[in-house]
Amino acid sequence: MWNLHKFQDNIAVITEDNKKITYQKLDNYCKNLTSNIQKRCLVFNLCKNEIGSLVGYIGFLNAKIVPLMLKSDIEEDLLNNLIETYKPSYIYLPEEISENFKFKKVYSNLNYALLKTNFENAYKLNEELALLLTTSGSTGSPKLVRQSYKNIEANTKSIVEYLALDETERAITTLPMNYTYGISIINTHLWVGACLILTEKSLMQKEFWAQFKDYQATSFGGVPYTYEMLNRLRFFRMDLPYLRYMTQAGGKLSPELHELFAKWAQDNNKKFIVMYGQTEATARMSYLPAEKSLEKYGSMGIAIPGGKFSLIDTEGNIIKDPETVGELVYEGDNVTLGYAQKCEDLALGDERNGKLITGDMAKFDKDGFFYIVGRKKRFLKIFGNRVNLDETERLIKAHFPMLECACAGIDDKMDIYITDENCKKEVSDFISQKTGLNFTAFRVIVIKEIPKNEAGKTLYKNLELINA
Amino acid sequence: MSNLEKYTNAFVQAFEIEPKDAPALKYQDIKAWDSVGHMGLVANLEEAFDIMMEIEDIIDLSSFEKGKEILSQKYDVDFAQ
Repeated sequence: MWNLHKFQDNIAVITEDNKKITYQKLDNYCKNLTSNIQKRCLVFNLCKNEIGSLVGYIGFLNAKIVPLMLKSDIEEDLLNNLIETYKPSYIYLPEEISENFKFKKVYSNLNYALLKTNFENAYKLNEELALLLTTSGSTGSPKLVRQSYKNIEANTKSIVEYLALDETERAITTLPMNYTYGISIINTHLWVGACLILTEKSLMQKEFWAQFKDYQATSFGGVPYTYEMLNRLRFFRMDLPYLRYMTQAGGKLSPELHELFAKWAQDNNKKFIVMYGQTEATARMSYLPAEKSLEKYGSMGIAIPGGKFSLIDTEGNIIKDPETVGELVYEGDNVTLGYAQKCEDLALGDERNGKLITGDMAKFDKDGFFYIVGRKKRFLKIFGNRVNLDETERLIKAHFPMLECACAGIDDKMDIYITDENCKKEVSDFISQKTGLNFTAFRVIVIKEIPKNEAGKTLYKNLELINA
Repeated sequence: MSNLEKYTNAFVQAFEIEPKDAPALKYQDIKAWDSVGHMGLVANLEEAFDIMMEIEDIIDLSSFEKGKEILSQKYDVDFAQ
């Protein structure tokens, strides 16, 4: 996948404690790790933004070992469910949590350990399959996206082209390594011989900003909530002379914030690039070129190089007129193979043939710039994470069998309607614990009864009326 | 309400904790005090004391104790009152 040797003397990674790791060194670390794995198999990579996790990700892909990327603090029940479902041959994880597993440690380095499980390859891995990522993993679904080597290469090359990346770039991590957007930043930078500043620190910590300045970060990426925080942090008053550009994805940024950041970028000789994508399309499908960012704020731009958008109406006909809403369809080599629900699905080949029906509703203007206007499926993006509303309802009902419950709301603010005042706090605690998301994203509202039609289906429109 | 009570209350509200658990808290000690919770805490503090915190103070507010120090030194909050 990556030719690390080509850039051998370049710095690939700067760590939190200012260790500089060359491409040659990274290559050596990767080979040392993967030499412990004899044949192509599935590995769970429990990751953080640390050198050990990066060595796992890059090493596994380069050695044709298939990683499933998961966050290291993944909820225990969900992890156990995934282990049962997919039977990985190895688990690679931070040493400090390796004691939680009874599996045998076969290798350790850089504070990470490789554990051999008791599962033997009981199923086949399709030869195109490169990488597995969760979709709405936070609500307990074991559904995974299957990405191929070709998908990753196509998307990486396309992003490198439209962002015009070269080996002088130094991106600081603001997104987790198990998240497709975070991964795409890693992929693109290592593709061109550039540098990654790996940090586990958040925007709310002064250590993050110290690293940003000391290691002279040239770019970062953020989800809508990141930009809300930056705005409230009075980011515009900060002096960041080395910063070249910022990207945004992971949900729709409010037009107001889009305009604010585009304006600031223009006035300060920086670039602000709004993008759109899905894990199902490897990462990116569109970008709004920086020079159009202010003029077209609120738009997610145009298809990335090598990709194509169209809109279809409810009958599946292609929409030709501007300002007409339809479902967004994307075509390109980065459209992933499909989903997996069980380990046998890892043998499946390409089920999409380069075409993705996105489930997002969009329109385009007279100049051909696209705007997301809504969503077909019942899910929200909370701090950039997809959270399925029906799955959330099922989770709550399973844990509180006597409770009536319905979930609705907007991005970053889920409304959970229940009928029992006494469960309010418990439901709030339960759902933030299960999803690992801050409890303030969930508002529990007690109502007399959940409005339903005669067939017993929840009437979500009526719920919103009650709330209003 | 004393300033210390107002201060403690900002933590209690932001993280839904008991007042007695506030003084020992540090950033990321509990799930609720992540970057999202931090923004809520800062908003509560700004409202309670009618102040506008500077970015270097917001990102330096890494514990209950540190916050007291910042508020008393830079924003004239007297915790004896």
